[in-house]
Amino acid sequence: MNDLTSLVDWSRAQFALTAMYHWLFVPLTLGLSVIVAIMESVYFKTRDPRWLATTKFWMTIFGINFAMGVATGIILEFEFGTNWSNYSWFVGDIFGAPLAIEGLLAFFMEATFIAVMFFGWKKVSPRFHLASTWLTAIGASLSALWILVANSWMQYPVGMEFNPHEMRNMMDDFWALVLSPVATNKFFHSVLSGWTLAGVFVIGVSAWLLLKKRNAAMAVRSIKVAGWVGLIGILGTLATGDGSAKVVSEVQPMKLAAMEGLYKGSCGQSIVAAGILNPDKKIGDNQAPYLFDISIPCGLSILAEGDPDAFVPGVEDLLAGISLTPEGDTIHGISYAERIERGKAAHDALRRFDIAKAAGDESAMLLAHADLKKDFDYFGYGYFDEAGEAVPNIHMTFYAFHIMVILGGYFLLFYIVILFLAYKQRNFLEGNKWWQLVAIISIPLVWICSEAGWVVAEVGRQPWVIEGLMPARAAISGIPTSSVITTFTLFAIIFTGLLIAEINIMLKYISRKSKENIE
Amino acid sequence: METYELLQSYWWFLISVLGAALVFLLFVQGGQTMLLGARNDLQRTMMVNSLGRKWELSFTTLVVFGGAFFASFPLFYSTSFGGAYWLWILILLGFVLQAVSYEFRKKKGNVYGTRTFDTFLCINGILGCVLLGVAVGTFFFGAEFTIQKGNLLNTTAPAISTWSPTHGLEAIFCWKNLLLGIAVLFLARMQAALYFINSIDDKTNYRQQRKAVLVNGGIFVLLFIAFLAVLLTADGYQATMQNGHETISVMPYKYFHNFIEMWWALALLLIGVGMVLYAYAKTILCDNYKRGIWYSGIGTALVVMALFWVAGYNDTAYYPSLLDPASSLTIRNSSSSRFTLTVMSWVTVIIPFVVAYIAYAWYSLNKKPITPDEMADNDHKY
Repeated sequence: MNDLTSLVDWSRAQFALTAMYHWLFVPLTLGLSVIVAIMESVYFKTRDPRWLATTKFWMTIFGINFAMGVATGIILEFEFGTNWSNYSWFVGDIFGAPLAIEGLLAFFMEATFIAVMFFGWKKVSPRFHLASTWLTAIGASLSALWILVANSWMQYPVGMEFNPHEMRNMMDDFWALVLSPVATNKFFHSVLSGWTLAGVFVIGVSAWLLLKKRNAAMAVRSIKVAGWVGLIGILGTLATGDGSAKVVSEVQPMKLAAMEGLYKGSCGQSIVAAGILNPDKKIGDNQAPYLFDISIPCGLSILAEGDPDAFVPGVEDLLAGISLTPEGDTIHGISYAERIERGKAAHDALRRFDIAKAAGDESAMLLAHADLKKDFDYFGYGYFDEAGEAVPNIHMTFYAFHIMVILGGYFLLFYIVILFLAYKQRNFLEGNKWWQLVAIISIPLVWICSEAGWVVAEVGRQPWVIEGLMPARAAISGIPTSSVITTFTLFAIIFTGLLIAEINIMLKYISRKSKENIE
Repeated sequence: METYELLQSYWWFLISVLGAALVFLLFVQGGQTMLLGARNDLQRTMMVNSLGRKWELSFTTLVVFGGAFFASFPLFYSTSFGGAYWLWILILLGFVLQAVSYEFRKKKGNVYGTRTFDTFLCINGILGCVLLGVAVGTFFFGAEFTIQKGNLLNTTAPAISTWSPTHGLEAIFCWKNLLLGIAVLFLARMQAALYFINSIDDKTNYRQQRKAVLVNGGIFVLLFIAFLAVLLTADGYQATMQNGHETISVMPYKYFHNFIEMWWALALLLIGVGMVLYAYAKTILCDNYKRGIWYSGIGTALVVMALFWVAGYNDTAYYPSLLDPASSLTIRNSSSSRFTLTVMSWVTVIIPFVVAYIAYAWYSLNKKPITPDEMADNDHKY
């Protein structure tokens, strides 16, 4: 392994570690803040002290979780500078804006009103307190909006132009970033998945209360609120997931091929509902891609294009630049080998521009700029030597995608059943330990589902930090690999240590509080 | 002045405002360094809960400060964070520990015990103040880096900025930077004592915090005088525009000249220093005076803004390169494009609204000072 590869991989590993830790806490914050706000709204309307007790019970858990989200979040923002400094310059003109707006519009709102939410019960009016609770929830979602706009832009870079004088990209259409189809789908998909996760968490903890026969009335109240929030969440997550798949097929077809483990595509392409990939399969060989699979005919064509006969390219088709017409005729597009060639031509043109600029040769600059424009769409490919470097980890993307989808389907069923029991079979809800155990076991499953979603999004878009424009290897900082290994280890130890403390505090709190009469 | 230059200056002004707010809010960090010296658990609990209602604000201001720098001066973000790696990582680690410590310290089952989390708060207090001071010190006394944008096309070593192999540790061990860092620490401790006087209603606390103001404020004043002496005699980098190109050269007494040429910066500095000294003297000399934090806080903010102005305005390189003056960063050569700065400037119209709701929430929570009785019955406390 050469030095650059090692540095890139460790920088990736560190970002993945910190991002995945952060995402353990963020979706619970997004969903639980809404659940708590609804509970307090009911209390505000009814002035029923039981709703106040229920609100405070979940609010305390929210606070414990929120602290960890904040702790893990600060690293992510600054890592763009510490570990991906080239990236920060190359696209900072575009990427920095949503981050700054996030801070100004969302973080201050959260930071200000969460203090009122926790400490203001006896210091501000009930109306102001309720407003603070809602503003904390809104602040959390606003924060998600801007960081997801930024992330979506990395997946689908729009609204900018390259400036060869400064060797960086510059924004020229802000609304193209904010309203890109990737951003809108990703925002609703992520936020609503947070509602799904928080709903399962509240229902799982409530099920434990019912199992222990403690505070049953509060548990049922909580299940009803969490059930509705979670049902809306999972329906929205599934709908936006479908929208995301269509957008991905258009702007990141390689990711879609990896999600499905699809090497060779076809018209009327089936979708693998569940399967095991052949670990020996290599790009370009004739081995079967799956050891086992359950497929739905035409499913992927419908998912990706909304047309059962549409062609969906596989990894090998994309590398070769091949697609098929509905009649089966081959259309030759631009292969990855050609993209690499044109990417290198773009690099060469930029070099020539730089030399001409230093020499003050304006006509050479114009010529080089024209050449650069011609091939700039393939600029990022110029960093590769062979086409295979532009293919993500298919196994990880495939399994993460299928785990997410299967668990997503399970949670839809889960919420329907739970709400039915809560409203129509309350005795069963309170007395049957099997469903209660299922609900408790669902807590870790929903976190697996949520993390798997991000693995699909982020591993599936590798090796790009900016799709087609900048691979990870060109985005890094000039720091020694040993420094990144050291900080990776530090973060792993600190975050793991704090996670253990958080889980223990939550368990102790739930156990202790459940023994009091908080109904 | 052209629109683009105006936008660059506006954004440097906003950076100075955020920097000023951050240094004012560092009283939270200063207070954290005083927790382990509290006389008893009740006093410590009152101090923690007093700070605990504000820690999110100082934390958020740091995050927004970073975000605003990223958006407005991305070349600084790229150069400093990626280069002075250890300096920034140590700052961040301190803030990670802070973020959980308030919530976890008294919670049952926190695994490591209250004292560990109080120690974390102390670590954040020291690291946060000293190292942020060191980071700002590099704005005046420089850092060891070079920038070569053409490296972007080098497929084996593409990083555009190159640093000394110590990657930020050298900045921490530069005595001039440390002088500012330690001054910031004692300023933050003095301000914390003033804040405790204002926000905790307890006689024992009042007596102890007055002593803390006397000692920490005295040390701060001495250190700040020393820093000012070093700054005013230091060389700086002058940026000159010629035929559309910026050239950068060393200029003796650059910051002294900047104060003379920008009278408004000098005025701001003197007013700020005067307000801090007024708060210091009145708190020590007048019994039952509790409003020192406001004079000191506003004075601190004014001084910090003046320092940022002499660092970046008047054709000054705000991030001097000690290895290659031409690589030094100015607000012209490191800023975002005109389009981005314009878009971002429109977003800033919301700032008065943000300030207003922060002020209202602050007033609502602090209008009644914390008392020992409140600590006994409060259902959510740190």
